[in-house]
Amino acid sequence: MNYRFDWSVLWSGQSGAWLLHGVLTTLAMSALAWLLALFLGILAGALRTAPLAPLRALATGYVEFFRNVPLLVWMFFWYFAAPPLLAENLRDWLFDHGAEFWAGTMALGVYHGARFSEMIRAGIQSIPKTQFEAALSTGLSTGQVYRLVVLPIALRLIIPPLTNESLNLLKNSSVALTIGVAELTFQTRQIETYTAKAFEALTAGTLIYLVLCLTIAAVMARVERRFAIPGMIARVGGAER
Amino acid sequence: MDFGVIYRNWDFLIVQGLFGIGNFVGGTLRLAIPAMLLGFILGIFIGLARLARSAWIRVPATVYVEFFRGVPLVMVIFWFWFILPVVLRIPLPEYGIALAAFIFFESAYLGEIIRAGIQSVPRGQIEAAASSGLSSAQTMRHVVLPQALRNMIPALVTQFIVLFKDTSLASIIGYVDLTKAAQIVNNREIRPFELYIFIAAVYWLCTYAMSRYAQYLERRLAPA
Repeated sequence: MNYRFDWSVLWSGQSGAWLLHGVLTTLAMSALAWLLALFLGILAGALRTAPLAPLRALATGYVEFFRNVPLLVWMFFWYFAAPPLLAENLRDWLFDHGAEFWAGTMALGVYHGARFSEMIRAGIQSIPKTQFEAALSTGLSTGQVYRLVVLPIALRLIIPPLTNESLNLLKNSSVALTIGVAELTFQTRQIETYTAKAFEALTAGTLIYLVLCLTIAAVMARVERRFAIPGMIARVGGAER
Repeated sequence: MDFGVIYRNWDFLIVQGLFGIGNFVGGTLRLAIPAMLLGFILGIFIGLARLARSAWIRVPATVYVEFFRGVPLVMVIFWFWFILPVVLRIPLPEYGIALAAFIFFESAYLGEIIRAGIQSVPRGQIEAAASSGLSSAQTMRHVVLPQALRNMIPALVTQFIVLFKDTSLASIIGYVDLTKAAQIVNNREIRPFELYIFIAAVYWLCTYAMSRYAQYLERRLAPA
């Protein structure tokens, strides 16, 4: 291999600024999409237990359709297919204000919302019914049972799969490079394009992702241990991406 | 709305894009199926290495798994795209690059499924096999692996669904799969709404059928 390493390409010229901008865009897009996904996930999860059949069907349809189609297809959909359906002045405003960023955020948030909903549902369903009955029989009201017993257990059971899924969301934000969002992978490619130093650029991008993911995973592992319920093992979620 | 665009380009979208039969080396299934099979073979070694007693084997396998699970698939595809031709000193077609990237990436995830499957076999089985005089390799081959494989079948089907969806990312290096085929048709016909909704429906049909199958297997294979 006659490749000459030149690590200085990572801090000479604009590379440093590009990488920093990429990290910030990745984090901003992931954070916004995470909030949207959590909102949609809770909403869809709640609607699936609604007493009205059409509402349940709507929520089920949303979850099943959005999580079973590749994120990349949704990226293209929200960027290329959705804006022409908007009113003209709204569309013009959007394309003046970073349409690709918002399309990417929508795609990520709506796709992961469907997956969050499944995690939340599995977490709540894994609470034994007897817990609920036991709490009622000690004289608590239904509201108190939810507030004092069901929610505290459910939240703790949901933390591990939700952390996994949140990390997937962060990694999946890299798919937004296909519609031109200047996130971390996009900036890594840009450094490669300008310097022809693929190995160095990819190493920088990869290490940043690893550091981000391992840091979040370590923090969440501490949270998990702090709130763990001794003897109760969650059987929630899979290794799905 | 003009869904005639689907009818006019059916051959390119479905026959070429999904099944890979046509002028291009491509196709979603032609990438997903070999990637799963070869990734599974590599995954068995990774999974076994993760359970090895010697740290010299266990630690590198753990680093391998943590690396691939901590990095976006897009990044892995770019690594293989830039590095593989340099290391091997031969130009590689997109198919070879995508296949290699998916095999290595999937083997990390499949390795974890295999590890969990092996760990799901009760300890007593291993002790019983050892006390009946089998060596540890024989125990693994004749007692542990057959049961472990059965336990992991639903997880493997689920992983195949994930891989099937992920192959859409091979289009970023120019591999002509279903997603790329839709992009190419869209460049000519400018019908993004119809095209993307259509391929979304195709992906959905395939994955929904597979996930129902996984649920069925899970019920059927559940220990009574």
